[in-house]
Amino acid sequence: MSPLEKIKNDIVESQVWKAIFRHGYDDTPRNRVMMVTANVFLHLHPAKVRRHAVRMRFTWCMGGLTFLMFLITAITGIYLMFYYRPVAEYAYADMKYLEFDMPFGMLMRNMHRWAAHAMIVFVWLHMFRVFLTGSYKPPREFNWIVGVLLLVMTLLLSFTGYLLPWDQLAIWAVTVGSNMARATPLLGYEGPFADFVGANPIYDARAFLFGGGEIGPHTLLRFYILHCIFIPLVASILMAVHFWRIRRDGFSGPSL
Amino acid sequence: MAEATRERKLPVDDKVHTWPHLVRMEFLVALFILGALTLWALTVDAPLEEPANPTRTPNPSKAPWYFLGLQEMLVYFDPWNAGVVLPSLIIVGLMVIPYIDINPKGNGYYCFKDRKWEILTFFFGFHILWITMIIIGTFFRGPGWNLFWPWQKWDLHKVVALTNVDLPYLVGFRDYWWSAVFSLVVIGGYFVATIALFYFFVLKVKGKEFIERWGMVRFSITAALVALMLSLPAKMALRLLFNVKYVLVTPWINI
Repeated sequence: MSPLEKIKNDIVESQVWKAIFRHGYDDTPRNRVMMVTANVFLHLHPAKVRRHAVRMRFTWCMGGLTFLMFLITAITGIYLMFYYRPVAEYAYADMKYLEFDMPFGMLMRNMHRWAAHAMIVFVWLHMFRVFLTGSYKPPREFNWIVGVLLLVMTLLLSFTGYLLPWDQLAIWAVTVGSNMARATPLLGYEGPFADFVGANPIYDARAFLFGGGEIGPHTLLRFYILHCIFIPLVASILMAVHFWRIRRDGFSGPSL
Repeated sequence: MAEATRERKLPVDDKVHTWPHLVRMEFLVALFILGALTLWALTVDAPLEEPANPTRTPNPSKAPWYFLGLQEMLVYFDPWNAGVVLPSLIIVGLMVIPYIDINPKGNGYYCFKDRKWEILTFFFGFHILWITMIIIGTFFRGPGWNLFWPWQKWDLHKVVALTNVDLPYLVGFRDYWWSAVFSLVVIGGYFVATIALFYFFVLKVKGKEFIERWGMVRFSITAALVALMLSLPAKMALRLLFNVKYVLVTPWINI
């Protein structure tokens, strides 16, 4: 027995340890399966996976990391929600308050923002990897569609969040991004054939998005609710479907 | 026949336990990325500019970086097309990929040789068009959405000659109706030519048997999407080489 193993043995066999952990973990095939099937979170995975599918150069880990970024933004986002009011008079002041007065406020905000950006990069790389391995091919066609919808949700989550700091960067980036909506054919007042529908600046696709003719306090509240409740909810449902389908269809791989 | 069934080899079991093999890797990667993200967040602050002021438009106003490809497309197409129709088609085009790609090879493993054209098409759309446009929009666009080198000082008063003309005017049409007829012929001709070229191209690299297996519907959708995707570089070339603003001008719609 090596000294390290002896130390480990001394700890594990001590009365203090035994009082907390009644019995050890026996590394048997049955226990390995049980660790996965008896755990609500790990149960996302099948009990066994094909050997090639756990290699990093196959998966790039991008799907899982996109989900990790989602979790990080959810947790840091809840922290930010405690201090932030989506009201035009307060929003910017709350940002300053959060950055300078709240414990870990700046760190939480930074993590939230960089994780959101990383999530977009990861989801693009994930799509690229899935394309390269042809993992969208039968029977996984539908899951690719769910994945494309999740990509759109990721972009929308990031875009709606962009407005919330209520600084110059926020409103003008969102203005530029949303101005497209007023050019929607038929439904936007500057779009082709708008006259036939009767779209006008306060009654068209962009006004529906903004909650008014131009970007303002109503837009802030609208984007806040979309950002914190609606889109995360939709994305969560889509993720449940996405993961479930992976679980049912198995990880893709060459046929045996 | 019974003999053959009995002799069939059982599939090799190449599976490993999720616990610990997969879970361990997920945990380590998550830990590493979480650490890297925390370090990044500790060292680089998220931007916060002066308070929102609807009366002061910054020049340039840029969309979030992931939409700058679309904003860059606005140089070449009108907003209804660059901001609404083409993005929607990108999403639809991505969604139909599993249904138009009937190549059974390369399912679940990396393989370039068997799906060369599929991968090259994706590469062209994703890396060449989407990513390049984002890079141009992020690093090479300054005030007035004019082109600047990243190290160049932004000149707010940069003078750019407004020499863009519409394609019918460029080739000599002055009458509105003849211009419109010419434009429609050009646009129709572009789609007919691109789709025909695409047909012969597929015929050459994949063969007649493939086209029959592919079917009319799959071919039409793919050809239309390819033609639409190539319309961006086509319009870029017209603009950058010949200063063409629009190909078609009507009171309702400009292309």
